[in-house]
Amino acid sequence: MAAIETTSAAKPEAAARPNWLKRDLLGLAVILAVAAIGYFLFPNNLALLTRILGVALLVLSIDLVTGFCGVATLGHAALFGAGAYASGIAAVHFGITDPLLMVVVGAIGGAVAGIVSGAVILRGHGLAQLVLSIAVVHLFHEAANKASVYTGGSDGLSGISPDPIFGIFAFDLWGRTAYGFAVALVVIAFIVLRLITRSPFGMLCRGIKEDPIRIRAMGASVQGTLLKMYVISGAVAGTGGALNAISTQVVGLDSLSFTLSAEALVMLVLGGTGSLYGALIGTVSFMWFEDFVSAANPFHWLTIVGALLIAVVLFAPRGLYGTALTLADRFRGNGK
Amino acid sequence: MSPVFQVQNLNKAFGGLAVTQDVSITMNPGDRVALIGPNGAGKTTFVNLVTGHLDPDSGKVLLGGNDVTSLGPTPRVRQGLVRSFQVTRLFPDMTPEEHLALAVMQRTGRTGAIFGHYQAKADVMAEVAELLRTLGLDHIATRKVAEIAYGQQRLLEIALALALKPKVLLLDEPAAGVPQSDTPRIEAALAGLPSDLAVLMIEHDMDLVFRFARRVIVLAAGAIIFDGSPQDVTRDARVREAYLGSYANDRSAA
Ligand SMILES: Nc1ncnc2c1ncn2[C@@H]1O[C@H](COP(=O)(O)OP(=O)(O)OP(=O)(O)O)[C@@H](O)[C@H]1O
Ligand SMILES: [Mg+2]
Repeated sequence: MAAIETTSAAKPEAAARPNWLKRDLLGLAVILAVAAIGYFLFPNNLALLTRILGVALLVLSIDLVTGFCGVATLGHAALFGAGAYASGIAAVHFGITDPLLMVVVGAIGGAVAGIVSGAVILRGHGLAQLVLSIAVVHLFHEAANKASVYTGGSDGLSGISPDPIFGIFAFDLWGRTAYGFAVALVVIAFIVLRLITRSPFGMLCRGIKEDPIRIRAMGASVQGTLLKMYVISGAVAGTGGALNAISTQVVGLDSLSFTLSAEALVMLVLGGTGSLYGALIGTVSFMWFEDFVSAANPFHWLTIVGALLIAVVLFAPRGLYGTALTLADRFRGNGK
Repeated sequence: MSPVFQVQNLNKAFGGLAVTQDVSITMNPGDRVALIGPNGAGKTTFVNLVTGHLDPDSGKVLLGGNDVTSLGPTPRVRQGLVRSFQVTRLFPDMTPEEHLALAVMQRTGRTGAIFGHYQAKADVMAEVAELLRTLGLDHIATRKVAEIAYGQQRLLEIALALALKPKVLLLDEPAAGVPQSDTPRIEAALAGLPSDLAVLMIEHDMDLVFRFARRVIVLAAGAIIFDGSPQDVTRDARVREAYLGSYANDRSAA
C-alpha cells in the first residue's frame, strides 16, 4: 500500500494548457498572413480567392460532421445551397440587402437544412448513410429547380445587389470588399469552430466518433448530439452559401449539387479530417491546383487532378495536414 | 428497504441457444453481489440485457420500482444504472483526464455546452483528480489512452463508471487484465464507494470475490443455480459440479 501513496504524489501537467492556445493563435496568424499574401499576389484574381473561401466554409462544415463525428456524407452541398438560396431570395424577393443580415439569413437557412437532412441521414449507418445523404442533396436540388418562382430554376437566381457593408464598404468591381468580407467570415467561423470543438460538446462529438456505445453507456444521447452538430454545421455551410451569393450576386443550381458535395468531401480528405486546418489547406490546394492546371493544360487537367488525388490518398492517407504533422513529429523526434 | 434494482424472469436466446433462462435478481441499496459462473455462462449477456444494450426476449427490468425494459441504454444510465465493460471501451485519442471530465460533465448535465473548456471548471478538475488518484492514474492523466498499458486502461474503465455516481453499478470482470500488483487499487476504490450503492461484480478471481461479496449468485448455462452467502457457495453440490470444481476442494481443504 505504501507504493500506492508515493506514486499518487505525481505532478499535474500544467504545460498542457497554454500549448493549444499558442498553437491556435499561430494558426490564426498563418491564415491571416496567407490571406494577405493572396491579396497582394493575385490582385486580379480576387473573385477566385473569394470563391475558395466560400467553399472553405462548406468544407469546414463537412469536417464538423465527418471529421469530428464520423458521419459519412456526400450531400453536404444541400446545406451550402440552402444558405445561398435563403440569402439570395431574401435579397431579391424581400429586400433584405444588408450583407450582414444576408449572412444571418443564410446561416439560418443552412441550419434549418441541417436539421432536415440530419434527421434523414442520421437514421442510417455506413453505406446507408452515404446513400441517404446523396438522396437528400438530389431532393434539395429538385426542390430548388421546381420552385422557380423564387429560385429562378435552372436559369439561376440573379439580381442580388447587396448594400455596402456597414453602409460604408461598397462591393467593388475588383472584388476587394468581397474578399475582405470573405476573409473576415472565414476567420470568425474558424475561431468559433475552434472553441466549439474544444468545448464539452465537442468532446462528446469526438467520443461518438470513436465509440458511440461507450457514449451511450455514459448516459449521453448519440442522435441528439449528432443532430445538434448538424445544425451547427448547417449554419457554417449556410454562411458559405450566403458569402457566395453576396460575392457573385447570383445563385445557381450547382450550389446544391451532388458534384459540389463530392468535390468538397475530396478537398477535406485531401487536406486531412478532424483538425479544421486540414479543411482549409485541402480547399485552398484543391481549388488553386484545379484553377492552375485547367489554365495550363485545358485538355488534360481533370486527368492531372485525378492523378494528384490518387497520389495523396495512397501516399498520404491522413491528408496534407495530417502528413505534415507526422513528418514534423518525426523530424522533432530525430532532432532530440 | 425497497429494492433499487429488480430483474424479473429475463430470457434471451441467440438462434437456438438459450443464453439467459428465467433469470430473476433483486438488489437493495448497499448490496455487494458477486455474479460468477464458467466461461460462456451468460454473465456479460445478462449485463447487456439489463442495461439496454441488448433486447430481452421476455422479462422485465425495474430501477427504483420503475419499469425500464422498453428504454435504451442512455435513459437507464440517467436513472443511475451504470456498467463497466469486460473488454475495455475507451476513446483511443483521448486522455484519461478527458474521459473522466467528460463523464463528470455528462453526469452534471454540462456536455451540451458549445463553449468553455473542461480544464477551466474547478469542480470538474477536482473530481477528476480525485478519481485519478484513487485508481493510481494521475501520472498518465494527459497521455492518450492508445499509449497507456492495458492494465491502466482497465483501471480507467472502472474510474469512468465511478465518475457517473451510479445507484446501481454493474462491473464486468473489473480485475481481468489488471496486473496483480494493481488489484489493491480496485479493491480500495470499491471499498470507498458510498454504502448505499448497490454493486454487482462479475469476477473470475475467487479471492477477490470472497473479499468483496456478501452475496454470491452463480450462473451456469444461462440459469441461476445458486443465490446465497459466500460461505455456502463452496459447499453447494450443484455449484461444485458446474463450476468451482477443484478450487472449492482446495479451499475447503485449506
Ligand atoms: N451477440 C451474440 N450473438 C450470438 N451469441 C452470443 C452473442 N453474445 C454472446 N453469445 C453467446 O452467448 C453465450 C454467453 O456469452 P457471455 O459473453 O454472456 O458469457 P460470459 O458468461 O460473460 O462468459 P465469459 O466469462 O467468457 O465472459 C456464449 O456462448 C456466447 O458465445
Ligand atoms: Mg463475459
